[in-house]
Amino acid sequence: MDYKAAGLKAGIEIHQQLNTKEKLFCHCQTLLRDSSEHSGEFFRYLRVTESEMGEIDRAAQEEMKRDRKFHYYTYDTTCLIENDEEPPAPLNDEALSVCLTIAKMFGMTPVQQVHTMRKLVIDGSNTSGFQRTALVALNGALPNGGEIETICLEEEAAQRVKDDIFSLDRLGIPLIEITTSPCMHTPEEVQEVAEYIGMVLRSTGKVKRGIGTIRQDVNISIRGGARVEIKGVQELDLIAEVVRREVQRQQNLLGIRNELQQKKASIHDNSKNVTGLFKETKSTVLKKAKRIYAISLEGFAGVVGREIQPDRRLGSEMSDYAKKCGVGGIFHTDELPAYGVTAEEVARLRAHMNAGVHDCVVIVAAVNDNQAACALDQVSIRAQLAFSEKPVPEETRKMLESGSSAYMRPLPGPARMYPETDVLPVIVDDDRWHATTVPELLTAKARRYAQEYSIDRNYATRLALSEKLPLFERAVTEGIKPKLAVFTILSTATELRREGTEIGKISDEDYLATWHAVESGRAAKEAIPDILRELASGNTFEEVLRKLAPAISRQDLESIIHKIIADRSDFVLQKGQAALGPLMGVVMSEVRGSVDGKIVSEILKKEIAAALAEKKP
Amino acid sequence: MAVVKLDSGYNIGVNPVSCTFFGHPAESLPKKSQVPQKSDLPALSIVSTGGTIASRIDYRTGSVTSQFDAGDILMAIPELAKVAQYRTIPLATILSENMTPAIWQELARAVYKEIKNGATGVIITHGTDTMAYSAAAISFMIDTPVPVVFVGSQRSADRPSSDNAMNAVCAASAATSDLGEVTVVMHATTNDDTCSIHRGTRVRKMHSSRRDAFRSMGIDPLGTVAYPSREVTLKSFAVRRGSQTLALHDKLEEHCGLIQFYPGMSPDLLKAYEGYKGLVLAGTGLGHVSTTLIPSLQKLIKRDTVVVMTSQCMQGRVCDRVYDTGRDLLTAGVIEGGDMLPEVALVKMMWVLGNERDPEKAAALMQVDLKGECNRRSTHGL
Repeated sequence: MDYKAAGLKAGIEIHQQLNTKEKLFCHCQTLLRDSSEHSGEFFRYLRVTESEMGEIDRAAQEEMKRDRKFHYYTYDTTCLIENDEEPPAPLNDEALSVCLTIAKMFGMTPVQQVHTMRKLVIDGSNTSGFQRTALVALNGALPNGGEIETICLEEEAAQRVKDDIFSLDRLGIPLIEITTSPCMHTPEEVQEVAEYIGMVLRSTGKVKRGIGTIRQDVNISIRGGARVEIKGVQELDLIAEVVRREVQRQQNLLGIRNELQQKKASIHDNSKNVTGLFKETKSTVLKKAKRIYAISLEGFAGVVGREIQPDRRLGSEMSDYAKKCGVGGIFHTDELPAYGVTAEEVARLRAHMNAGVHDCVVIVAAVNDNQAACALDQVSIRAQLAFSEKPVPEETRKMLESGSSAYMRPLPGPARMYPETDVLPVIVDDDRWHATTVPELLTAKARRYAQEYSIDRNYATRLALSEKLPLFERAVTEGIKPKLAVFTILSTATELRREGTEIGKISDEDYLATWHAVESGRAAKEAIPDILRELASGNTFEEVLRKLAPAISRQDLESIIHKIIADRSDFVLQKGQAALGPLMGVVMSEVRGSVDGKIVSEILKKEIAAALAEKKP
Repeated sequence: MAVVKLDSGYNIGVNPVSCTFFGHPAESLPKKSQVPQKSDLPALSIVSTGGTIASRIDYRTGSVTSQFDAGDILMAIPELAKVAQYRTIPLATILSENMTPAIWQELARAVYKEIKNGATGVIITHGTDTMAYSAAAISFMIDTPVPVVFVGSQRSADRPSSDNAMNAVCAASAATSDLGEVTVVMHATTNDDTCSIHRGTRVRKMHSSRRDAFRSMGIDPLGTVAYPSREVTLKSFAVRRGSQTLALHDKLEEHCGLIQFYPGMSPDLLKAYEGYKGLVLAGTGLGHVSTTLIPSLQKLIKRDTVVVMTSQCMQGRVCDRVYDTGRDLLTAGVIEGGDMLPEVALVKMMWVLGNERDPEKAAALMQVDLKGECNRRSTHGL
């Protein structure tokens, strides 16, 4: 596939949660909760409002098609601000500082006075009906010559528990949004840039880690196509695939357009109530439906069922549009008979709709006439687009698991922005900007570690990108040998995870205590995996140490070794210093790993020598 | 700083010296409503005192739009068209903290005129900060045969989550109901499910920001309006439509004050009220101030200032017969304000002194229940 020839232009928006102490506009902690721990619940309706320019945003208009009654879960860690029952606190200055740091890392220009805006979002994910967002910096550069257009500081939305129930723990966590220009031309380039930006963000040490804490939106267009925004790509590895599949989708839609134009496709309002035709149907969906309506799309036969992306047909797009009216989806004659609908029913339907062989009939099951009409209206709109001059509609889409995507809503426009009148603007003056310091990039850090600590280069890179980097840095500051810390973090912990140990339960303090115990001789290096296993199963460090490595003084050790040698005096006399190896094993098993092997070997050597000297005539 | 709107919709502040003047944008005409009014529905009047229900920022002038007609309101809240037909009277566009007794009087006259001209109910849109004061004032100034409903919003109308639409729809429903008194209709809970109907003389804003800030004090709410069904349920003690004959008594005596006592308060503060016709004290507990204030109060009373005692507890009734201080206050001539809310007592005092010049008769009137502000029995706990 020649993406340059296809005219691929892609840009990305990266949303990364910041690890600040408090949320962006309230003083709650940035703490995620289990939804079963919720302490309260309430519900609200959201209405569309006009922008300050007196316009209604098209994406918001689309959401208006459905009932907007939303339920929210509250926690003992959320407050009235998340409930939209109290005006916001001032913009979190710690979050602004992190944004300025990142802006400086990309060589950007900060905005002189930061204004918080309300971005209209009435899908329920924000109790207020808008997401607060502020443009912080402009015009940055990427090492590959690409551009960062803007950095915005936003509040995270509430998490959907299911359907129209949202959880307020996540709402308000600060997010940095980094938007590149559409400067990328191959799927791989998009992925590389996303990886690079992610690395820069993590270099600050001020971003949250783990699944869901970073999300990429990808903007894609090809020549003749249109800008489409695919939201919510959580895994970096999928980005290139998402781009490939979107290019494929746009190309197929362009092909379908030409075909439909040749076939002289057309859309008429020929919709009919066909509920009566399915009175005796075996289809469970149709049997339950109060109303079934149909529309015949002229010249569409074979096209509605055409695959435009893996597992996605033109019919899937129509179905997504229809779902905005609250229906479950559509059936069309390109896929029927199926789903319990018989060939006879299809024939009757075609005849009833006066559909010719070149036409495709779409049916929809609804709860009432209005919903059915709304859904078929949406199908017509999408069908009309398919053979129009712009067969790829400008859309916001959501990524599906495989990397394909489904329609969410039209691309929002500037009409969704409204000033947040409850938050005062914040001035970023020259003093603040000059005082903003830039941290070392993780890639540079990896090089430095490799050199300073003589760590293998691959190891150093893995360490720098690891979530446990701050732990490593703390360990080194506390005097732990770097190699010991690296080995535990990258090798031991990984092996334990693979064997099923829940290493996530081991705190940084426990790691440090373990290393200190090893360094001071209280525990043997060899005992680390056992210690970590016990820690992961919930025991305290002291309990674990007592169990696995009872404290043995040097004196105790000497007398243990003395006794072992005395018991085996013949063997020692026979082997001389060569007895050391076999006796090491005996001593280590006796002291159960609680003493460093080096010390054991040192004392053993001395005691063997003494035993040999004693027995000499 | 100059505020620049970017194509993306974001605003940023930039130093004005780095801006170049290009010209003024074309003026845009305000949009007009397409929502038709149904002539078979009850006729309601909406008197606005501040732009709460249909306010929106005009980006070009930076101010709230001054247009306020039925069209604007119906465009903002189309659901209202299902409840009634509306006539609108823009009385004032003020923030409610800037409300004055003089505007209460204008408001009373406007409401009276609407009812006289056939309105079957009146809605008054009002900022929430002093809504309870105004509701009390209108309660005393008008005998109304129809519902007079105060309504506002705790979250501004320019946000999708605003309580304005539900409150307005519930207010309109209450205004078309069988009610016949002055009320406040606002959210009952944090959910968008019910509005409470409160008596104008027994309501208080009890939270600075929550939707359900308004609470009936010392009595139950008069009723509820369910949402979205708009079903109105009234308690038996709510005054019914047609029980009173329309009358306007719009005189007020503005030289009245309200002062909250606190430990260690200096008697000097009371000097500021010399020459005032009336003074309401929000005392502690059962209605006390420190004994050091009593001589100053006595002096005020001797010079014909009516002094009424209420309680800063908000709940419960004053009783100055239990402790020595209370008895001394009574001896000094302080009048017990029963279970009246301090601010309602103030508004009532303005009305009483506006209509009754004789201090003794006025003092007696302060203890008579006029519009449900004084309960003879305490039936309500906390």
